[in-house]
Amino acid sequence: MKKQLYERPLIQRINTGLMNKFGTKTEYAPTSHIDGFAVKDLIKEFGSPVFVLSEQTIRNTYREAVRAFKTRYPRVQFAWSYKTNYINAVCNIFHQEGSWAEVVSGFEYQKAINNGVPGHNIIFNGPDKTDEDLRAAITNNSPIHIDHLDELYRLTELAEEMNKRPNVAIRVNMDTGIYPMWDRFGFNYENGQAWDAINKIMLGERLELIGVHCHIGTFMLSPQAYATAAFKLSDLALGIKKKYNKTLQYIDMGGGFASKNTLKGSYLPGTDTVPTIDQFAEAITTAILNAGFIEKDLPLLILETGRALIDEAGYLLGSVIANKRLSDGRRASIMDFGVNILFTAFWYDHKISPAQEFSSYTEDTVMYGPLCMNIDVVRSNVTLPPLKKDDHVVVHTVGAYNMTQWMQFIAMRPSVVLLGIDGKAHLIRSKEGLENIEMNEVMPEFLKNHQLSVANAK
Amino acid sequence: MKILKNIALSDTGFVFNPSTGDSFSVNPIGLSILKDFKDGKSEADIKKRLLSEYQTDRETIEKDLYDFMKMIEQLHLTEYHEQA
Repeated sequence: MKKQLYERPLIQRINTGLMNKFGTKTEYAPTSHIDGFAVKDLIKEFGSPVFVLSEQTIRNTYREAVRAFKTRYPRVQFAWSYKTNYINAVCNIFHQEGSWAEVVSGFEYQKAINNGVPGHNIIFNGPDKTDEDLRAAITNNSPIHIDHLDELYRLTELAEEMNKRPNVAIRVNMDTGIYPMWDRFGFNYENGQAWDAINKIMLGERLELIGVHCHIGTFMLSPQAYATAAFKLSDLALGIKKKYNKTLQYIDMGGGFASKNTLKGSYLPGTDTVPTIDQFAEAITTAILNAGFIEKDLPLLILETGRALIDEAGYLLGSVIANKRLSDGRRASIMDFGVNILFTAFWYDHKISPAQEFSSYTEDTVMYGPLCMNIDVVRSNVTLPPLKKDDHVVVHTVGAYNMTQWMQFIAMRPSVVLLGIDGKAHLIRSKEGLENIEMNEVMPEFLKNHQLSVANAK
Repeated sequence: MKILKNIALSDTGFVFNPSTGDSFSVNPIGLSILKDFKDGKSEADIKKRLLSEYQTDRETIEKDLYDFMKMIEQLHLTEYHEQA
């Protein structure tokens, strides 16, 4: 007699008439393949855990975003937000698609240069730019987005010293009707700081003001906030034209469009609540087109969208290390990935699917990472089929920020693989090893040797 | 392990405790284990049966049966004297 497929015995109390705090959706539909690649084969070849990125999804998502804006506004330019995912292969997919680079640090700037992005197509944002960074940006004619008056004054000094006229924009913060209001980046619109900065630049005659920029928030769920921001930036651009007869080259709306992830505490999943890229495009372009520009003065619309362009293309494949039962009877699974590499688990309830077939029986599960730290919780409650040791799972929508904010803490950072449109799986970042951890350490001579005695060993 | 005598087991995996009004769902293998216990079979007999019927190994059965029995206890489906 042929033996039956084994499934762990399960029993669950039925709570009729009560809301299920674990939600109604179960994740027992397996994700056995991604873009035609078998999950088990990818893990066999590249190890577990492993980050996987779909080139096809990246390109499709980018083209969809470009279409949404270019069908509504004549002049649109995307600039890839390096901090969202600055693995060079990823950056170059966006550059191949026509995206500029948007960087917020000296090393990101250098990465963009090394990736072959012309200096004038690298937007330099961020509050921390060293003199060395500013000199490089001035030399390469990169647009420098001024964050604060200290930077404005320093940039003026460097312009004099280098006898150059740097291209600059000012970063503007404003009330867009959302809470909390982000007022830490740039100069405030409502209290006149933005105009003070503009006047200093225009009257100082050392810097070339070419644009205005904003970064109103992150994971924004309201297109209307962008409409408000676009209107206020347009108002500044039109005011500059009126006061100084100066036509700005661009309005940069920054980033912040939400991906389809589900924020912790959300009642409905992100797939049901997050606005489409068309809704953001409609809000922004309508506001600029209705602001009062004459056609030839319509500014270039720059978008620094990061998360919404890459999150859906990323997957984390991992395996079950062990299962256990908690004191209150809940099931717990310990995975070989945790918050060290899945940093976004702190604010998202990531969708997690098993990578192999299961029956329809499910169990409420706490999913822990491998770290010997209490905070290492990937999902505090998720309804999953009975997973056993060494089973594989797929964590969805992890392409944004995880591969930049990940920590080398207790465990090593894993490989990153690109599923190419050429049908091949390409390793684009190798798994780290002890040599990566120790390469920057220096051992003082007097600490090089020791001899543990039996007494010390106690 | 002794399952409470008045526990009702349906063939579709529905378990009902008439003393408390609690109901439970159980998957097919879990149901077969509950029936075995109700029929008075020993833990060793059940392990042997599972090993002969399913594509798995002794260690997995050992771990999973232990976990299942703990759950049955925690859900108050066993005779009182066994729950201590």
